Amino acid sequence: MIIANSPTILSVQGLRASINGTEILKGIDLTVRSGEIHAIMGLNGSGKSTFAKVLAGHSAYEVTGGSIQFEDKNLLELPPEERARAGLFLAFQYPIEIPGVANTQFLRLAYNTVQTQRGKEELDPLEFDDFVREKMKLLEMKPDFLDRSVNEGFSGGEKKRNEILQMALLEPRLSILDETDSGLDIDALKIVANGVNRITNKDNATILVTHYQRLLDYIVPDFVHVMQAGRIVMTGGKELALELETRGYDWITANKQPVAGVSA
Amino acid sequence: MSEAISTSYLECLLKSWQAKPAESRAWLNQLRAQAIDCVSTQKLPTKRDEEWRFTDISPLTTLPYRPSQPDSALKIEDVQHLFLDDAKNRLVFVDGHFSQSLSAIAEPAALIAGNLSALLSAQASILESHLGQYVPFDHNVFAALNTAFLQDGAVVIVPKNTVIAEPVHLLFIATQHEVTSYPRCLLIGETGSHVTLIEDYAALQQAAYITNSVTEISLAGNAHAKHIRVQRESTKAFHLANCAVALAHASNYQSVSISLGAQISRYNLDVRLTDEAAECTIDGLTLISDRQLADTHTCIDHAKPNGTSHQQHKCIADDAAHAVFNGKIIVRPQAQRTNSSQSSRNLLLSKTAQVDTKPQLEIFADDVKCSHGATVGQLDQEEIFYLRSRGLSETAAHNLLTYAFGAEIISRIPVSSLRQQLEQAVLDQTQSNPS
Repeated sequence: MIIANSPTILSVQGLRASINGTEILKGIDLTVRSGEIHAIMGLNGSGKSTFAKVLAGHSAYEVTGGSIQFEDKNLLELPPEERARAGLFLAFQYPIEIPGVANTQFLRLAYNTVQTQRGKEELDPLEFDDFVREKMKLLEMKPDFLDRSVNEGFSGGEKKRNEILQMALLEPRLSILDETDSGLDIDALKIVANGVNRITNKDNATILVTHYQRLLDYIVPDFVHVMQAGRIVMTGGKELALELETRGYDWITANKQPVAGVSA
Repeated sequence: MSEAISTSYLECLLKSWQAKPAESRAWLNQLRAQAIDCVSTQKLPTKRDEEWRFTDISPLTTLPYRPSQPDSALKIEDVQHLFLDDAKNRLVFVDGHFSQSLSAIAEPAALIAGNLSALLSAQASILESHLGQYVPFDHNVFAALNTAFLQDGAVVIVPKNTVIAEPVHLLFIATQHEVTSYPRCLLIGETGSHVTLIEDYAALQQAAYITNSVTEISLAGNAHAKHIRVQRESTKAFHLANCAVALAHASNYQSVSISLGAQISRYNLDVRLTDEAAECTIDGLTLISDRQLADTHTCIDHAKPNGTSHQQHKCIADDAAHAVFNGKIIVRPQAQRTNSSQSSRNLLLSKTAQVDTKPQLEIFADDVKCSHGATVGQLDQEEIFYLRSRGLSETAAHNLLTYAFGAEIISRIPVSSLRQQLEQAVLDQTQSNPS
């Protein structure tokens, strides 16, 4: 939701980043305010997943220019774990499998680490069990999820649900969902989208990185940005996603005019 | 080591044998006599022997490790911490000698389990037909020495179609300095039987001693056995072990071997699928640090059709530790439609740690499915990033992933009290300080 005068959560200015000497992000500007949902769309290789990883602090990318302000913090000065503790969350496109660690163990460890940082009480295994089971209902997850190893042998849909469960547990200020819709059938997509919709509120914000308009039928964005060659080349409202769905991306290059009446 | 040292070392060991009383069983005396002959024709292996090229056992000869003597002073309070709550069938051996007072069998009606000498008359024919039949000693000086010194031993016979609910815990406790003990185990699973066997080597103090063990397992048709082997010896000790398993028609053998202790350890595991449709799952974890050396040599021999084997071996080596894994898989010409997989994954936690891994596939049948893979490396950076992005510090992420690497194997142990003990051991050894 767009709320007048709501506080800025994220302010990205002129962000440039490269990997192994190749520049991928070539000057990104983006402002996200509390309550808003932003979609970043674009073809493969446009840099949208790189942007998500740079926001989360992936060490493979070198930031070569620009700034990222996250609430009152200079994000670029923080290692990934401190970004997470400060309230930034990245739902991975390819969640990592950790055989040998029970999901519940991992979830509790992450939860308690972030809670401690926020000056709140840790939960013991029993308390956490009640808490996580409640959150799991949001995503229609079976209880045996907790006892299985983290993401090991999970289907694509189960992995993505597990990501959103972590989002629900960690209660971030800003969530970045990297291709959360990829590999999901329509039923799983609806469950995941429904979970996200119940987590988003006026006090947090969400960036959806996606290829397809499909996800945006279920999680309705306030802004749609189109990335091309490492830049945001167009910004519009939710109707821009529909236009991209019918017209593809080619017309944008020829006509880089933003849709009238909306600005980033 | 020079030949002279090796020879005199073996002579010295054999001399200590002469004092042993002769057994009344002719076949057993004969078995020992053959073993003694074999010892005298062999030498201690050196790094020039292909099978020992990574493992130098010459430190063994620097101390006069005399045969251990029975010590009856040990009280139950001294060793109780090594017992397992959920393994009520327990045979305890102290420095290789059977302890009646520390042992207990919860299912005496269903299970035949006890010390070799006590079962010799009641089980004469079955013992004669199995003991010493699976671990050959003509090319294995340690197996020959064990057999030459054969006295006490754990015998477990699971009668036909019997399911033993409680695991059988064979606990070998080292208490003395500078001695050699010769543990011996024999498991016979008769047709259609089910059992879980825990073979556990532990020490009461950080002593230098030698454990030279031999384990033989024979599973008849449709018999199932789970074999958990835990080597948590003193880190000054030497542990030399041979285990051989013979699998009959449609039998199923699952083993998890954990190596944590010993200065130098060597575990040879030979599994032979002697008849059709036998299955085995062989999992192993080596977790070592400082200057420990742990060598695991396995051989899975598919002799008949439709057999299945799955093997996963993992090593975690820290400091200047050295882990060795040699995994041989033989698929003989007759063994068509064999399904076999092997994975060797190794984690080096320091720049001076070393792992040698060698998968060795010898496939002579054409209609088979065989896969294998080996990796050696550090922790994956993507995995570390994933955990850090959830708020874990770099050290915490590192520790959790190292723990998980080992815990994946531990989690396959079907005895929860033992699993918890080992999870704690892995946790203790994988939780480094910030580096």
